[in-house]
Amino acid sequence: MQSRALEILVGFFVCIGVAAVFVLTFRVASLDSVGTGEGVYRVTAQFQNIGGLKPGSAVTMAGVRVGRVQDIVIDPDTFQARVTLALDGQYDAIPEDSSASILTAGLLGEQYIGLTPGGMLDPLKDGSEIMLTQSALVLENLIGQFLSNMASKQE
Amino acid sequence: MSLIGNLLAGLGRAQFFLLQILVALPATLLRPRLVIQQLYSVGVLSLIIIVISGSFVGMVLALQGYRTLIRFGAEESLGVFVALVIVRELGPVVTALLFAGRAGSAMAAEIGLMKATDQLSAMEMMATDPMKRVIAPRFLASVLAMPLLACIFSVMAIGIAGGHAIGVELLGVDDGAYWGQIRAAVEAQDVIDSLIKSTIFGIAIAWIAVYQGYHAAPTSEGVSRATTGTVVVSSLAVLALDFILTAFMFR
Repeated sequence: MQSRALEILVGFFVCIGVAAVFVLTFRVASLDSVGTGEGVYRVTAQFQNIGGLKPGSAVTMAGVRVGRVQDIVIDPDTFQARVTLALDGQYDAIPEDSSASILTAGLLGEQYIGLTPGGMLDPLKDGSEIMLTQSALVLENLIGQFLSNMASKQE
Repeated sequence: MSLIGNLLAGLGRAQFFLLQILVALPATLLRPRLVIQQLYSVGVLSLIIIVISGSFVGMVLALQGYRTLIRFGAEESLGVFVALVIVRELGPVVTALLFAGRAGSAMAAEIGLMKATDQLSAMEMMATDPMKRVIAPRFLASVLAMPLLACIFSVMAIGIAGGHAIGVELLGVDDGAYWGQIRAAVEAQDVIDSLIKSTIFGIAIAWIAVYQGYHAAPTSEGVSRATTGTVVVSSLAVLALDFILTAFMFR
């Protein structure tokens, strides 16, 4: 074993190791066709309550994934959650009056955004806002409504 | 009675030996070439077994986790399941067990054979301290290599060929959900704990291996006993230490 080759191999090993430490620490950026690359346009939507939605969650239409949630912030004026959706460029004809609702996969599953197409001819473009939104169903609120309904029926 | 006496004497000798190693450690910094040589034999040569094992462990975890999670319709949480199990426990522990079997045993055998063939006493004759020249570089290289190997194992198991390959490519868990859930659930503290664990395991294995080799009986039987003892004792030490460390880190 040449000592130079040996040093190169050790350097390589240390590099891989340190890279692995970094990857673990910053938790592996998602390698994704829909992300921040080309052919992506961004629209925003405001929700009363996003439940467990996270950046990286799927955006679907009729069950097919058309994009991803890119970022979630609080709107300083309305105090609602402002969600930025990165939509795939090939779906460029989604009507402007489409509605977005936060749905749950399964009972305890991941939350995602479902788009329901509207009927207008103008499509959503980069920077436009989806006006019709439906918040996540929060289980506590549902149970509360159910209980108050029961109580009012009793009277 | 003599058994307990032997045990205590061995422990005392090992403690004293560790002190000698720590005293000899600064001298190795003057000769980094020796450490690089040892990093090659304990680190680079262990890479393949670590990478392959990491992939398989991740794949198995993904299959098993998916079967359970699908019952609750929570298969999107597969990433979290795999990532937490690997980062907190299996990464450091399995890496340490493999390291003990692959690098620790080799170290003990090598040092034991050096002793049996009087190489260590020859060094002393030539006024080079075998502690500084043989023991300390191996100890330091092992302590440096363990956390790196454990991280490589974890990355393989979670992302590259393990859980991700099975969960996302084969079972059809959504890619974004897989990573998104991992990001939400794994905290930086988990990774730091993982690094602390693997470093402590590295210290334990290196200490046991060089001690067993250095104190081996100078016969072929003694060398083989030192090798076996290294693997057995360090595996037990790793599992016991893992329990203690987990209990400390448990929140």
